[in-house]
Amino acid sequence: MTLLGLLAGAGWLAPGEAAAQAWNKAAFEAKTMDEAVKAMGGAAPAQSKDIAFVSTPDIAENGAVVPVGVTSAIPKTESIAILIEKNPNMLAASFDIPAGTDPSISTRVKMGQSSNVYALVKADGKYYVASKEIKVTLGGCGG
Amino acid sequence: MADPMKIRANVVGDSTEVKVLMSHEMETGQRKDAAGKTVPAWFIQSVTATYNGKTVLSAQWGPAISKNPFLSFKFKGGAKGDKVQITWTDNKGDKRTDEATIG
Repeated sequence: MTLLGLLAGAGWLAPGEAAAQAWNKAAFEAKTMDEAVKAMGGAAPAQSKDIAFVSTPDIAENGAVVPVGVTSAIPKTESIAILIEKNPNMLAASFDIPAGTDPSISTRVKMGQSSNVYALVKADGKYYVASKEIKVTLGGCGG
Repeated sequence: MADPMKIRANVVGDSTEVKVLMSHEMETGQRKDAAGKTVPAWFIQSVTATYNGKTVLSAQWGPAISKNPFLSFKFKGGAKGDKVQITWTDNKGDKRTDEATIG
């Protein structure tokens, strides 16, 4: 257990701080989008055209390294999450965007097979989603 | 102790663009070794970036982030010569903090 975990457990940290530190196990173990959104404390997301995938390929040659970039044009974007439909656990990453930081992030993810990739955006307390299909020619979860 | 991160921070217009390359196995816990035993999961769970003591990005990651993770983001402000700090913590409790000077 980490020191922060101990402090949070002992009630030394304010609940807000503890929540910001704790890894959302339930969300990362979710098998479906609904479960993941619920674990993050939200309701069913609305489709949005204001979320764009940037420098994200249509076809990825190597599923172990798939670049994914997400930009949200929704005002008051608070967080951006990346979910991969056909991975064993859908949620790959979730980013909290404080005021002053551009609602645009990019990273690299693993994909076991061709799948829809979802960008889930929380803005002003509401959830929005956009998706993109990425075809993988070589899976990233094999041995 | 894990290898240092490579961090590049540059002023672009009125913002600072930060690119980070971390050194980590990011083992999923799904893979089996040659003997058929499952390789235990080992991955970065949380990442925090700070500038002038203020958090400019925080993230929670699962094992689906690629080995040797890459991350890029932009925040408003930042001046040449200032420092940006990045910290990650993995699921074994290992931690690493590195800083870069904005150029």
